Amino acid sequence: MPIKVAYQATIEYMQILDEQGVLDADLARDTLTDDQVVMLYEHMSMCRRLDEIAFKLQRSGRLGTYPQNMGQEAIASVALAARKQDWMVPCYRENAALFLHGLPPEKILQHWMGDERGNQIPDGLNMLPMSIPIGTHMLHAAGIGWAAKLRGIDQVAFTFFGDGSTSEGDFHEACNFAGVMEAPVVFFCQNNGWAISTPRKKQTRAETFAQKGLAYGLKVRQVDGNDIFAIYKAAQEAIVDAKAGKPTLIETLTYRLGDHTTADDARRYRDSDELDAAKKKDPLIRVRKYLESKDLWSADLEDAMVERNKVKVDDIVARATNIEAPKTSDIFDAMFATTPPELARQRDTMHTHSLGQFPQQETLSNPTPHPAHA
Amino acid sequence: MANLTLVQAINLALTQEMEADDSVVILGEDVGLNGGVFRVTEGLQQRFGDHRVVDTPLAESGIMGTAIGLAMNGIKSIPEIQFEGFLGPAYDQLVNHGARYRSRTRGAVTVPMTVRVPVGGGIHAPELHSDSPEAIYAHTPGLKVLMPSSPYDAKGMLISAIRDPDPCIFFEPKRIYRAFREEVPEDEYTVPIGKAKIVEEGSDLTVVTWGAMTIQCINAMDSLPEDLSVELIDLRTIYPLDVDTIVESVQKTGRCVVAHEAPLTAGLGAEISALVQERCFLHLEAPVQRVTGFDTFMPYYKMELDYLPEAPRVAEAITACAAY
Repeated sequence: MPIKVAYQATIEYMQILDEQGVLDADLARDTLTDDQVVMLYEHMSMCRRLDEIAFKLQRSGRLGTYPQNMGQEAIASVALAARKQDWMVPCYRENAALFLHGLPPEKILQHWMGDERGNQIPDGLNMLPMSIPIGTHMLHAAGIGWAAKLRGIDQVAFTFFGDGSTSEGDFHEACNFAGVMEAPVVFFCQNNGWAISTPRKKQTRAETFAQKGLAYGLKVRQVDGNDIFAIYKAAQEAIVDAKAGKPTLIETLTYRLGDHTTADDARRYRDSDELDAAKKKDPLIRVRKYLESKDLWSADLEDAMVERNKVKVDDIVARATNIEAPKTSDIFDAMFATTPPELARQRDTMHTHSLGQFPQQETLSNPTPHPAHA
Repeated sequence: MANLTLVQAINLALTQEMEADDSVVILGEDVGLNGGVFRVTEGLQQRFGDHRVVDTPLAESGIMGTAIGLAMNGIKSIPEIQFEGFLGPAYDQLVNHGARYRSRTRGAVTVPMTVRVPVGGGIHAPELHSDSPEAIYAHTPGLKVLMPSSPYDAKGMLISAIRDPDPCIFFEPKRIYRAFREEVPEDEYTVPIGKAKIVEEGSDLTVVTWGAMTIQCINAMDSLPEDLSVELIDLRTIYPLDVDTIVESVQKTGRCVVAHEAPLTAGLGAEISALVQERCFLHLEAPVQRVTGFDTFMPYYKMELDYLPEAPRVAEAITACAAY
């Protein structure tokens, strides 16, 4: 018996706007309008500035640990492809997409300022808060997409995660469930080259991350992750497929220009040559070059935009900073729909030493301030 | 003797055990070139090679499961789970497999593995980077659970764990990773597993604690009147529990306060409190007091110190218990 080929596949790579700002007009047809590109450029520039300011806030002690998004702003164009009813199930390097989908930017700062209310997604917005542990949330996206299918409603769940996440078992289970349930899910693997200090080549021996989706029957493709046109087009097509019960895994080739977080120092493990090369592929630079080549942008427009973005970011920081301090009772009241009596007792006696065990307890109506809280 | 932080003492123990025994292997996320996110394994990959200090793919279940396999086949594996909050994906491997192999094979297969995990709050870390899950693992048969409170103990306890024939989980309180230094002998030595330490002797009241809370308890005792004589016990090993040291102390003092960062309900304070009433009932002068975290999640850092049972709360409990 001759040996037959049981399965064969190729992985497409798509780039539409190259590093020099040159556009492939054929591929770009029916994607972003000029106005959308200008808007995205201004938005991405605002996100870059917010990222820089957040870094400074952390260094001056006004923000906790913060993971910079720098270099990955092109993911914003997913939010232009997405419809209002679609879900965003993010990791923590997709701020640009979340803001454009409707998340008030001060929410992200509030989260990193150590306040859970930063995760309180406004009503009417289909979005989960940032997932802090790695690679756990894609299963939730699979469930959310599955629910939309069960309920017969037109929603697609977009989920974002890094290259390192694909090593977690949950990633594989998420892809498999989405495939088997024919759930409307789009997986964005943001391959930025690094999982803290672990380079892409140590993460997997597979040639691409996209091909991992093949094993679960997903549609797969690889795109330039710093290219707003390619991401937009891939997302557009993935929505059509998702609605037809075919989930897609899209690997975006991007780069983490910053450290993993403000608690990290990438100089310990990363060559400066590699970083310098990556800076030349910056998603902002190529969009500006493209706009200038079409006479849609100029130095004057740039200056005016920088001023507008300064004001916008100052406003965001002011809003985040001026939110009234959270109440300690919130940590109890947020636990259940109805607070169990014992938990209520802990809340009402929290400023005394023994959590309601000791006979001489003060009550909340007559609290004795603890020295540590006075 | 050198004056070392907790991080340095752990690094020294790892270095010396790797030097002494070629079968000792460290594996985990960012443990190699980067030296771990807390720099606990700094310099070890350079010294022992990337086949013995291994940067793994980002997969806690993978790290734990392969560490178990390594240990079953002659490698003394030391997996690092980067933060206690990331033990979740590894839980099944550790609890349902690593802990059980000896018993289910009646000793034919054993798992001499030491799981290192930074633990606890107080460092302004993000979500799932500040929890105290030691009671979960103390409640898991087949695991030894350790948590040092000082550089000297950390070195000696870690060496004991690495040499132990059974799986140990070695929790490192990150709040005191660099909080203070202590004289640590250059030579290798062991601090036995299962032996608590009487940090300070006293006759009026016993305080039982472990990990970073030991420092809060010392601070609390410093704030109390000098005529109140408090005995402070640092468990060091959470399982197996040093029952004798606790019982002897409470039989002497008649009063007991237990302090831990973890939530109240079904925390180790409950276990110790039950033990005290079983073994010291006729000696007790007051109800056992528990000073603990709440039955809530560890809040993000803005309210972290409202959650953690800091020294003043411990001091109040001691005062109230002593006055009962």
